[in-house]
Amino acid sequence: MKKIFKTVTGFLAIALVFTSCNNGESKSKSALSSNAAEKVYVAPGEHDEFYAFVSGGFSGQLAVYGLPSGRLFKVIPVFSQDPEKAYGYNEETKPMLNTSHGFIPWDDSHHPDISQTAGELDGRWVFINGNNTPRIAKIDLTTFETTEIIEIPNSAGNHSSSFVTENTEYVVAGTRFSVPVPQKDMPIKEYKGNFKGALSFISVDPKDGGMSIKFQLMMPGFNYDLSHPGRGKSHGWFFFTTYNTEEANSLLEVNASQNDKDFIAAINWKKIEEYVNNGGGTKMPTNYAHNVYSDETHTATSTMIKEVLTVNPLDVPGAVYFLPTPKSPHGCDVDPTGEYIVGNGKLSANLTVHSFTKMEEAIKNKKFDGEAYGIPILKFEDVLAGSVVQPGLGPLHTEFDGKGNAYTTFFISSEVVKWKLGTWEVIDRKPTYYSVGHLMIPGGNSRKPFGKYVLAMNKITKDRYLPTGPEVTQSAQLYDITGDKMELLLDFPTIGEPHYAAGCPASLIEGNSKKLYKLEDNKHPYAATSDAATKVTRNGNEVHIQMAMIRSHFTPDNIEGVKVGDKVFFHVTNLEQDYDVPHGIAMLGANTSELLIMPGQTETFVWEPKEVGVWPFYCTDFCSALHQEMQGYVRVSPASSTIPLSWTLGEDF
Amino acid sequence: MKKAGIIMIIGSLLLLGLFKFPLWNIMLGAPQYPEPLGMNIHLNGIEGVKEFDLQNIDGLNHYIGMKTIPKAEEMWEFAIFPKVVLGMILLGVLIGILAFAGKISYKFFLGWFLLMSVLGVLGMYDFNNWLTEYGSDLDPHAILKISNPDGSPMTYKPPLFGHQKLLNFDVTSLPHIGGYLMFVGMSLTLVAFWLGKKASLKKLTP
Repeated sequence: MKKIFKTVTGFLAIALVFTSCNNGESKSKSALSSNAAEKVYVAPGEHDEFYAFVSGGFSGQLAVYGLPSGRLFKVIPVFSQDPEKAYGYNEETKPMLNTSHGFIPWDDSHHPDISQTAGELDGRWVFINGNNTPRIAKIDLTTFETTEIIEIPNSAGNHSSSFVTENTEYVVAGTRFSVPVPQKDMPIKEYKGNFKGALSFISVDPKDGGMSIKFQLMMPGFNYDLSHPGRGKSHGWFFFTTYNTEEANSLLEVNASQNDKDFIAAINWKKIEEYVNNGGGTKMPTNYAHNVYSDETHTATSTMIKEVLTVNPLDVPGAVYFLPTPKSPHGCDVDPTGEYIVGNGKLSANLTVHSFTKMEEAIKNKKFDGEAYGIPILKFEDVLAGSVVQPGLGPLHTEFDGKGNAYTTFFISSEVVKWKLGTWEVIDRKPTYYSVGHLMIPGGNSRKPFGKYVLAMNKITKDRYLPTGPEVTQSAQLYDITGDKMELLLDFPTIGEPHYAAGCPASLIEGNSKKLYKLEDNKHPYAATSDAATKVTRNGNEVHIQMAMIRSHFTPDNIEGVKVGDKVFFHVTNLEQDYDVPHGIAMLGANTSELLIMPGQTETFVWEPKEVGVWPFYCTDFCSALHQEMQGYVRVSPASSTIPLSWTLGEDF
Repeated sequence: MKKAGIIMIIGSLLLLGLFKFPLWNIMLGAPQYPEPLGMNIHLNGIEGVKEFDLQNIDGLNHYIGMKTIPKAEEMWEFAIFPKVVLGMILLGVLIGILAFAGKISYKFFLGWFLLMSVLGVLGMYDFNNWLTEYGSDLDPHAILKISNPDGSPMTYKPPLFGHQKLLNFDVTSLPHIGGYLMFVGMSLTLVAFWLGKKASLKKLTP
């Protein structure tokens, strides 16, 4: 009995110690977090300092957040259908998702990058890659809408994409998988030596951002993982990490991890551009989609292109070199000066940094260490600037603050490590929660980073938020990097997988954000830009309703003469010319999404009525005090009916 | 007297500003309109402060049954006012020149000022009548019919001068650049009168 008593008091004592310990901890924690709270607090009605465009990974979209608050403003549909905005559902945007494989309603969006002028962010467009069915999309930052998507032929797993050169001359798309080029029926085992890795250089029209594939460089059949452009002194070059230089076609986790060193491929794109401009390269028959959305017709068109210009690297001497880089490097990051090229060898103990100056020197002296498929390999020691020794486990990505520091994510050890360029010493490390992939400093992929915050994007959150069943949110974490030591400020949940992000000072973008589309500029073939222009016409079994909407009614709102078996097109124009007054429309039984129509815009959905009756439609966006009155009816008669088409508004008065 | 004549001419010419700048401005702000809607009243018509303001004011006013903002050709005032003002400018300049040449007395300056004031008051009276009609001649089928606490139907006359709360809107009505130039111009004609009087007194005393 005495013994039991003793044990119980013992436990109590221990419990007390623990409790008081916990108290102490939570006190110090709250003191810290109140300081952090001030740094991320953006008062109601005030604006964030930065935009963050965070990819949705397997959601296929691009989310727009504010930093430092972490507030979500918009999810821009890019590669996936979005019933909320009718993207990929309405007749106007369906062509955006067209490919050589037909309509594809989804993709995996990875690496957003903001356009640049003279190596600095210019805030005009965001480019982002679709991984699965290779595509590059362009988002216009005046409308925050996807306005162009170009498919990439001969590519598979479009992962080392979509990074821009310093005057947005090109947006670059590299293949992850090597594949037969052109595609053909052949044994998988014959991969080695037969497959190709296409690196595509897509030129960007400096005026309207129009994209077209300038050339595809047909590289050896490795996996091209990530890439970044040279800048400053290395402008004109592009760097790609490779893995699976073993060219394994199965069980890559083992078979592609055998070589002690893989490569960073250094591509002198200026040299290849010159070669191509002088008539070089081979035109190859192919088939890919080029989809362009017009803000005037509010409609996308999809064009199939049948030819692409390919370049064999061996035909352009001095254009391509391999830099040996340890152990399956993932991220390939170039510092703001353009001197250092960081190869984040994900299975390596050390972080390898190459020197552009030393690379140029080695090329000049022709100090090669053999070749791979005819491409010269430079000596590792000749190009090495330095190594960050044992900084962590599983380095993936590095960005720069513009003050001589680099920040690298470590997936396996779940941390961000700050180190110094040139001395390669580790300055600070902070845990992430958990398993961080990319990180982002606004302007981090440019000559002029805005080194105030770093955003780390985590794949796993486990216990970090309220649980939501087996599937829990992924997240982003914001650190203050203005001091010597990083300070964790904020955790916030994200859409899909926050794969990578691009950040930009709000001041470069917000002033250009459009408030509405002008009705007088609306060139949609079925627009009704005034009540007088509304009408209903029949062409065989197709019925076209040209409808207008304004607070708080549709014109017309009573339609008769529609028959079972008709294909009814609702072409609906929002007549509002006032900021933030969209209207929606949805029809009972239509096999599609609602429309959400911005002021001055026209959108179309199709309804194929299957039953006679009087069927209602209504406004889906709470537009005004009389939103609930904003509704109408369509009378559907039997197929044999002779009731003529008629359309009216407000005849009760 | 020469100085007074010049000031009289300058004062009259300042009224030319009315042909370039608005006379008056009415702004309407509300919780949903942090950037207020506004109309500028020019001598020859009403314009929106921003491109679509008039259309949006009309759009909102249809709920309470107000008529749309009149186009220039729908009100005789917009045809007549420019002519009257131009006439007064020419008259003022003529008086200034004649006074400068010593042909007429400074008292004409005061005469011009009094005439302009009478015309101005008439103009304001007319403007106020229009505001009253615009704010109270409501469509009987209006969507929103709101009564005052005493049971009379609510009207929506914007203030002639200053601020007033109309439902969710804060309405502010103030002169604009053209109006201010007119006031300065008119004041200068008074200054001219005062200088003229001083000069003629001087002439008399020695």
